[in-house]
Amino acid sequence: MRKDQNLGEYLRTQGVSRRGFLKFCSATASLMALPPSAVAQVAEALASARRPSVIWLSFQECTGCTESLTRSHAPTVESLIFDAISLDYHHTLQVASGEGAEEARHAAMEENDGEYLLVVDGSIPLGNPGYSTIAGISNLDMLKDTAKGAAAVIAVGTCAAFGGIPQAFPNPTGAVSVSDIITDKPIINVSGCPPIPVVITGVLAHFLTFGTIPELDHLGRPTAFFGQTIHDRCYRRPFYERGQFAHTFDDEGARKGWCLYELGCKGPTSYNACATVKWNEGTSFPIGSGHGCLGCSEPGFWDHGSFYKPISAGLWGSKETLLGAAAAGAALGIGSAMAARARKNKAIKESEADSS
Amino acid sequence: MSALDSIAVQAEYETGNVVPLLHEIRHALERLLNGEDGTVIDMRSLPLAPGEEKRIEDALGKGEVHADLDALGPTTILETSYPGVWLITHRNTEGEVIGRFIEVTRFPSILESQPEDIRTGLTALGNRLAEDSA
Repeated sequence: MRKDQNLGEYLRTQGVSRRGFLKFCSATASLMALPPSAVAQVAEALASARRPSVIWLSFQECTGCTESLTRSHAPTVESLIFDAISLDYHHTLQVASGEGAEEARHAAMEENDGEYLLVVDGSIPLGNPGYSTIAGISNLDMLKDTAKGAAAVIAVGTCAAFGGIPQAFPNPTGAVSVSDIITDKPIINVSGCPPIPVVITGVLAHFLTFGTIPELDHLGRPTAFFGQTIHDRCYRRPFYERGQFAHTFDDEGARKGWCLYELGCKGPTSYNACATVKWNEGTSFPIGSGHGCLGCSEPGFWDHGSFYKPISAGLWGSKETLLGAAAAGAALGIGSAMAARARKNKAIKESEADSS
Repeated sequence: MSALDSIAVQAEYETGNVVPLLHEIRHALERLLNGEDGTVIDMRSLPLAPGEEKRIEDALGKGEVHADLDALGPTTILETSYPGVWLITHRNTEGEVIGRFIEVTRFPSILESQPEDIRTGLTALGNRLAEDSA
């Protein structure tokens, strides 16, 4: 797609009929979790949408977020959305490397100053800058430099959104999220470890369609995908209501598909779209496969106690809490010893005074 | 039969959403008959247990009309056994489902010829006749 074309013109040159375009819009509206009544609005906006420049930075991450997107099934809708953006920098996917790659980033930043979308996956280490560098540039410097001219930032994955696994106790690199660094730009957090691919493309489609950021929750996540808990939309919810729980992964309850709450499912406290959008071409999601939700789209999910203990047992489950309790216990012990020593010293002094 | 098919699976899954959905369709049909706008239900937005989508399909059955559309991949448009209730399944070029809708309407709009396409077709027909007569 040429940069001077809008999406409608581009599709027309590709031989896509108006009817095909309307089908594309129906699927896109569904992808963005918009009501079917919004299809006409989507069609009107998409037809005149211009191709935005996207710069994608990967910091302390496992590439799972990129894998989630690129290894997902490639339905026409997502392919077209990717055709409709200009992915000007993504060091995992681009051919250029080293200085050539960095020149491409700077060129995209200059050409699209104030208008490009910055996508970030991975957390940013605030410890030694050498923990994670690209072309000799620390993640912190690269993020600050690239975010300056961005229209908005999309933090893809729990690492970029909330710090994620690199930030897990004891956080050896001093990992922080994008929003801990960038405070003067709109930030959309698309959390998940990894995020659901259609949620990533749904957010891109929203920006492409309306040129705005979607409605966000108090953690900066799009409410269209993170507005309800996994539990709210779970097909096993009726078993929860009836108190029918699996107690082991192979008991009668598990075989009958009962609720996995007592096996540690974090669905009741996890906001994400897995239960409706699902994974692997809409085939299933973890609970559908008999395993509880890990709550990977929530801040600090790695330190929220055992994945296999119910939420109600998680109060003392985190390492930090346990260490806090241990520290409090130690402080109490030290305090008691000091008080005992003070009493002992007082007793010695009193004893010496009595004897004199 | 594949090896997986031979595994006996006990499925008691039920969200309880199938019957309410059928009531929703009934209400939409009543509105349509009263001259109000049609209704589109996005199947992706519903929490459904494994097997429940098939139960919905079975409950709706097949009616008199079955249309196939070939635009950015195949789309099937089925009128169910309840006239005015259509089941529309969009697939991509690889055959994967990218959208599934129940549309309560007299005629699904996706089947209508679009003015832009008619204009393109008119130009093509005109060009062909011009070439034939040249």
